[in-house]
Amino acid sequence: MTSSLTVSDAELPRHEDLVEERLVLWYFVAALTFMVISMTAGVLMGLQLIRHNPLPAIELFSPGRWRMVHTNAIAYGFIANAFLGIMHWIIPRLTLRPVLSRPLSYVIFGAWQFVVLATAVGILLGEAQGVEWGETPVWIDPLALVGLLLVAINFGAPIIQVRGPMYVTLWYYLAALVWTFLTYAMGNFVPEYFVCGSSAGAVGGLFIHDLVGLFVTPLGWGMMYYFVPILLKRPMWSHGLSLVGFWGLAFFYPLQGIHHFLYTPIPMFLQYGAVLSTIALELVVLTVIINFVGTLRGTGGEVLRNLPLRYFYTGIAFYFLTCLQCALQTTLTFQALIHFTDWVVGHAHMVMFGVFSMWQLGAMTYLVPRILKTDWYNPEWCEWHFWGSAGGLMLMSGDLILCGLFQGWSWAALQPWESSVQVSIPFWSVRIVAGLVMFAVQLLFIYNFFKTWQKSRAVAASV
Amino acid sequence: MFEKKSGILLIAGVGFFAFAFLSNAVIPILMYRHLPEKTVKQVVNGNVRYQFEDLAQRYPAAFEKAYGQPPADPQQAGEWYDEKCAEALEVGRKVYIGEGCWHCHSQFVRPVSNEDRRWGPVSQSWEYQNRLQRPVMFGTRRVGPDLSREGGRRSNDWHAVHFFKPDMLSPKSPMPQYPWLFDGTPDQPNTRGLALMTYVQWLGSWLESYPYYEDYAPTPIKNIVATE
Ligand code: HEC
Repeated sequence: MTSSLTVSDAELPRHEDLVEERLVLWYFVAALTFMVISMTAGVLMGLQLIRHNPLPAIELFSPGRWRMVHTNAIAYGFIANAFLGIMHWIIPRLTLRPVLSRPLSYVIFGAWQFVVLATAVGILLGEAQGVEWGETPVWIDPLALVGLLLVAINFGAPIIQVRGPMYVTLWYYLAALVWTFLTYAMGNFVPEYFVCGSSAGAVGGLFIHDLVGLFVTPLGWGMMYYFVPILLKRPMWSHGLSLVGFWGLAFFYPLQGIHHFLYTPIPMFLQYGAVLSTIALELVVLTVIINFVGTLRGTGGEVLRNLPLRYFYTGIAFYFLTCLQCALQTTLTFQALIHFTDWVVGHAHMVMFGVFSMWQLGAMTYLVPRILKTDWYNPEWCEWHFWGSAGGLMLMSGDLILCGLFQGWSWAALQPWESSVQVSIPFWSVRIVAGLVMFAVQLLFIYNFFKTWQKSRAVAASV
Repeated sequence: MFEKKSGILLIAGVGFFAFAFLSNAVIPILMYRHLPEKTVKQVVNGNVRYQFEDLAQRYPAAFEKAYGQPPADPQQAGEWYDEKCAEALEVGRKVYIGEGCWHCHSQFVRPVSNEDRRWGPVSQSWEYQNRLQRPVMFGTRRVGPDLSREGGRRSNDWHAVHFFKPDMLSPKSPMPQYPWLFDGTPDQPNTRGLALMTYVQWLGSWLESYPYYEDYAPTPIKNIVATE
């Protein structure tokens, strides 16, 4: 960043030559489409749990299959697409170089939509792969991997040409491009073809964890380090803490996979190792949070006034909460009670929606008017979108986390299985309500997006 | 180094990832190398064979449609049943994965939270060293109970009706219905239905204390050992 300041404005490449704005919008449209699919699937499974499945006994609507569509559509459909869109904006602007090839960008866009759609169709036809978060049918995995390789090449080209020290965002992005590829290959191939049993469990744990930690998290923080200083018009508070945050994450995050399978037959000393590195990482996370809160010093009010910034800092607050939760729930004492319960489901929603989706929705709220060169059709609806998303998520996570405690106690007390189900029904009902609120405001956002797009055309035509 | 491409690419990107893979994946793989992966045929045991033949007797028409007729010669018939049973286990596992059963049922009994009192012996590594546990079906969520000790706990009839419409047997069960594993009624399981029942009856059938819940003594495994 500093180097770009020394270059006089005249020499800077024009924004239009750097960023393919249309593609950014396309990625957002694709992301939101999969968000709708994923949420529909979530509602279906949620209704099954409270025994109100509107479509029982139909093979293609098997709730177990839709549950897998729910997670895969959000991870690979919404989150991945939104990140790709955002990266098409950030990377060229930060490196002052366009991506390797525009046609290639469009090929990747098409290929990725094909991968996600084929995943959904494959799962609905009962062809899922038995790896959590990797249910993509085995015959799609190689294609997805080629796609990830192309992504790495396309975005890697401008990053690799940067001379000297890079800005924080690019550390995260560069590492994430490598990690995502490696993680996907490891998680989908090793436990499927090479090892069975507990070792496959260990690899499966690594995969679940690395997907969050080495794909979603670095892409998320990368964009935070980019947008937050821009929105606040000031540099990050401490460069040293940025360094600690990145290197701490890079070292400790990949070491924790086994904490997803504590008390399994995986060797106990490996389980302890995973627990310790998890707790170590929480200290690292704390430095990152301190850095971002420090950046805010004196301008806290901006967070209330500026909507994208509010999204970002809400996500950061949820990030702090989830990580605090991690440090507690990774201990064996906690695991005995909450593993297998809805506590974990509550936690997962807080991470995936409360943190990363909030950041991405914030970035969309910020970028869409800039790309369409007109204000939001209805800024009021954007406010609704924020409060519905944040409020709904808070209700859902809190509700499920509490539910998990009741389930865990019911099981430990050796009550009949039915009573653990009975005790969950009120919580599951609240969860449906929270989910519907979140769903409704996303639909409102999509409608707002559509109207804004229409408006931008009208504006462009009248000029 | 810490802010340059080379450091980030090589140390963080590749180096740390490799270190984690070595320490968290390669170590358990090496530790279990004395337990080679068993094939599906190798995990067919007397207990699951008993249940599989029970399926043949309870649902003769459905069974014949799915697997054909066993040879007349008893020796050959034995081998035939083993083979078909292995086939059923593989298909059953595929249905188990495809329907997402593993997202509502776990397959490991932990040494905590009274789980050994609820379900039986705590799970051990050797139990998972076979083809049917690649990828391993540990599971991460229990909406329904753990199934790793399910074999022999219920009769095949029970499973058939339960898969067809769970709340006929477990009132208020949130488990989904699976009528597509049947040809219209619970007494007519199709190939997938028979296979899934075989798979569920296989779970835990390898244990000494099988079946854990209901006292079906003497276990068929002992009978077979006695007659051989
Ligand atoms: C929505 C979550 C859910 C899904 C999906 C699900 N189950 Fe269940 N299952 C339950 C619940 C809850 C129970 C306990 C109540 C009951 O007996 O129905 C249960 C009970 C069972 C039992 C009886 C356990 C016992 O002995 O008491 C078996 C066997 C079983 N499920 C197998 C399966 C199989 C096989 C599949 C996949 C085809 C499956 N389940 C899918 C939730 C689920």
